[in-house]
Amino acid sequence: MRHARLERRALVAGILARRGDAAVVAGLGSAAWDCHAAGDSPLNFYFWGAMGGAAMLGLGVALVRSDRRVLVVTGDAEMLMGMGSLAAIAAQAPSNLALLVLDNEAFGETGRQAGLTGKNTDIAAIARGAGIETAFTVGDEGGEGSSGTDVEALATTLAATLFEEEGPVLCVAKVALSSEPDSYPPRDGVLLRTRFRAALAGD
Amino acid sequence: MTGDDPDISPQPDAHGSHGSEGSRGADGSDGSDWGEEVYRSLPGLGIRHVATVPDAGLGRFLELCEADAGIRLITLTTEEEGIALACGTWLGGELAAVAIQSSGVGNIVNMLALPNVCRIPCLLLVSMRGEAEERNPWQVPVGCAVPDLLAALGVDVFRPEAPSGVASAFVEAAARAREAGRPAAVLVSQRIIGAKSFAGGD
Repeated sequence: MRHARLERRALVAGILARRGDAAVVAGLGSAAWDCHAAGDSPLNFYFWGAMGGAAMLGLGVALVRSDRRVLVVTGDAEMLMGMGSLAAIAAQAPSNLALLVLDNEAFGETGRQAGLTGKNTDIAAIARGAGIETAFTVGDEGGEGSSGTDVEALATTLAATLFEEEGPVLCVAKVALSSEPDSYPPRDGVLLRTRFRAALAGD
Repeated sequence: MTGDDPDISPQPDAHGSHGSEGSRGADGSDGSDWGEEVYRSLPGLGIRHVATVPDAGLGRFLELCEADAGIRLITLTTEEEGIALACGTWLGGELAAVAIQSSGVGNIVNMLALPNVCRIPCLLLVSMRGEAEERNPWQVPVGCAVPDLLAALGVDVFRPEAPSGVASAFVEAAARAREAGRPAAVLVSQRIIGAKSFAGGD
């Protein structure tokens, strides 16, 4: 059932290279490591726990900083744990909020146990059902971004959508269940929150 | 949370009587419209965002927030979303309020790691169930556990004793949250709200 999927590190790096001054909220686990590997920034807020909270934290930032683009980068299981967030986000309709769900169809951090998106669950469809009209999947079988896709070109296209299109926007990227080099952000929550808040307030 | 009380109706309860507090007169009633007083405290606290899973006990407060174009009322599917949202607004520069029912405190447990570890101010307004006059036993387990649960998880708890003390407790809790960099919760007792009656129930 598994297909050649997108390389997550290359995809995230390609997208974040085009972030400008966007704030990035990274869900726990591999998504956080990917964002860190793409280049640490005070404008990155990484979760190390509180699973299910990334999308809502992103919404909170987006609502009070309407001048700032906010991108939530998270995994499929983290997004599903906070599935209701999609309804809350749709109701608020923040035009500056985008979500990128890196979907490896597994609980990659805990031993690669099978996830629900590898069965019948479609996060983009859930998002649309919740009321987020611009919600789509890349890297799925036969679709844009499947095996052989130029990840850099895809990243360029996705970056334009995630950083420029009117939000809320959600993209599910089907990524390979891969082993990536360690790339851990600071674990100190006070450091993370202090520098993120200062960076947001800084201009 | 609303979902904890599906379709038990009607509700000729305290929240319907907030506009005429004198008519209740029982127990904690001292004539104060605490829902309105808490609402009126919001501008002074710089709060423009109120996240909620609604509860009848919060009805007056929520109704005023919703009618105010300067307040954004964010309806949640589960209370833990409110904790994450409030952390996000604070990171963006603003304190938010999370208004929930006591049963919903059971839903925020793991999300409290976020404000705890990151020392993010977080303000909760909790309408209590499961106390002395509770008539729905399903509200009792978490309702009774709320003070201990919050204390165990590092949330400062404020428990006003009368309606007239709710708004000042709310302001105090906001100050504590900001100064200590931690979550603070105001528990509005069933004595203050008035126990929910279940007309036609058992």
